[in-house]
Amino acid sequence: MSLSNNSLQSGFAIQLRVIGALIVREMITRFGRHNIGFLWLFLEPMLFTLGVTTLWTLIKATHGTNLPITAFAVTGYSSILLWRNCSNRAVKSIEVNLSLLYHRHVKVFDLLAARLILEIVGATASCMLLTTVFTGLGWMEEPVDILTAVIGWFLLAWFAFALSLIVGAASERSELVERVWHIITYLLFPLSGAAFMVDWLPKPFQEFIVWIPMIHGTEMIRHGYFGSAVHTYENPIYLLWIDSIMLLIGLALVREAGRRVEPE
Amino acid sequence: MITLNNICKSYETRQGLRSVLSDVNLSVAKGERVGILGRNGAGKSTLIRLISAVERPTSGTIQRDMSISWPLAFGGAFQGSLTGLDNIRFICRVYGVPIPPAIDYVEEFSELGVYLREPVKKYSSGMRARLAFGISMAVEFDCFLIDEIVAVGDDRFQEKSRIELFEKRADRAMIIVSHSADFIRAHCQHAVVLVNGKLHNFAQVDDAFHFYHAHDSII
Repeated sequence: MSLSNNSLQSGFAIQLRVIGALIVREMITRFGRHNIGFLWLFLEPMLFTLGVTTLWTLIKATHGTNLPITAFAVTGYSSILLWRNCSNRAVKSIEVNLSLLYHRHVKVFDLLAARLILEIVGATASCMLLTTVFTGLGWMEEPVDILTAVIGWFLLAWFAFALSLIVGAASERSELVERVWHIITYLLFPLSGAAFMVDWLPKPFQEFIVWIPMIHGTEMIRHGYFGSAVHTYENPIYLLWIDSIMLLIGLALVREAGRRVEPE
Repeated sequence: MITLNNICKSYETRQGLRSVLSDVNLSVAKGERVGILGRNGAGKSTLIRLISAVERPTSGTIQRDMSISWPLAFGGAFQGSLTGLDNIRFICRVYGVPIPPAIDYVEEFSELGVYLREPVKKYSSGMRARLAFGISMAVEFDCFLIDEIVAVGDDRFQEKSRIELFEKRADRAMIIVSHSADFIRAHCQHAVVLVNGKLHNFAQVDDAFHFYHAHDSII
């Protein structure tokens, strides 16, 4: 039947509509309509980054290099927030939204996608605003190569999305995931390249650390930001591979979760 | 037409797999009204949820050539932390229905007034039911799935609901779960009975009740 092509298109249109509806709903339930409302979406990560920037400035976290500390903190902490906030929001997000599955158009993937899109938009807006404001105040230089930084950010956001699909679906399977995930994110924080440049590490440690996917995102963002002032070790193709494989795993797990969960 | 072919459904429990429906066959034509009878726990609601695609059958297939409502029950499918209005907006967006006319309709029909701007969790069960019924009437379907949503509100509201559902939408198909014999007799052309996971079809509602009561006394 000629219907099949149409129904594929309309299926996609329905999914976009549903994700849109879920995003609006999520914004209302999370931020409400009181005081500044959804501005918290990016104010919260902004304040976080601001606090860390202040702290790192005070303790001179650039380890004796002459790298500008504000730019170092903003690029580093923003990239942490990207994957950490996404994956934390994904934990148990299916369970708390089960009643939405009463509406047949609403799929488990849509529940997760809506949350993650919001989270990524928030982290991105926060990073852009901070960079703009700090540049305006003269605390940060303008990025040397915006395109490289943007590609790095994009690859890292993709990583965050895929990782969160996996964590979200897995947390539906076992209580253990919820308890362990926060510990894992905490342990990954110092390894993710936010608080150091790979170049500062001893050689043997470098070879080990470049296996961690987030490193490549953070390094690439800093490469774009600082240009040739720093020596970075990112391998975008490696991150792209990891992103793709993790996305496939994530989609498969989410699909499997969708078959299993039952609204109350 | 909605067609269920050899539907089986079992659930994982602590005592192992428990079969709720086995080899269920049913077809519902456009405009047809079918009552589902069965004791508590017979699997009536499960059947409704399978038809609405909220759950998947363990085996068997369901063909749906009509648009089907979500299972209309007391207050289900709501977000307690959202206001009545936000719930209306959300459901309109999900089903692709224009929002302003739906809000006007629900405001008028549910008579909730200022409470539409309050979170649904503050509602009484009667208010919830009125909102639920109003919203489900604001989105049009070819087939309505009705799970014990008969006694909503006071007499006047019940009469209003009856007119909306059974008179203004007399051309729609409906699948109705109810323990009220009068209700099924009044609104269904035929009825099916669920006993021990098996579905028994009857052309006449009265035959279905005979069978239902005969089994009721044995079990």
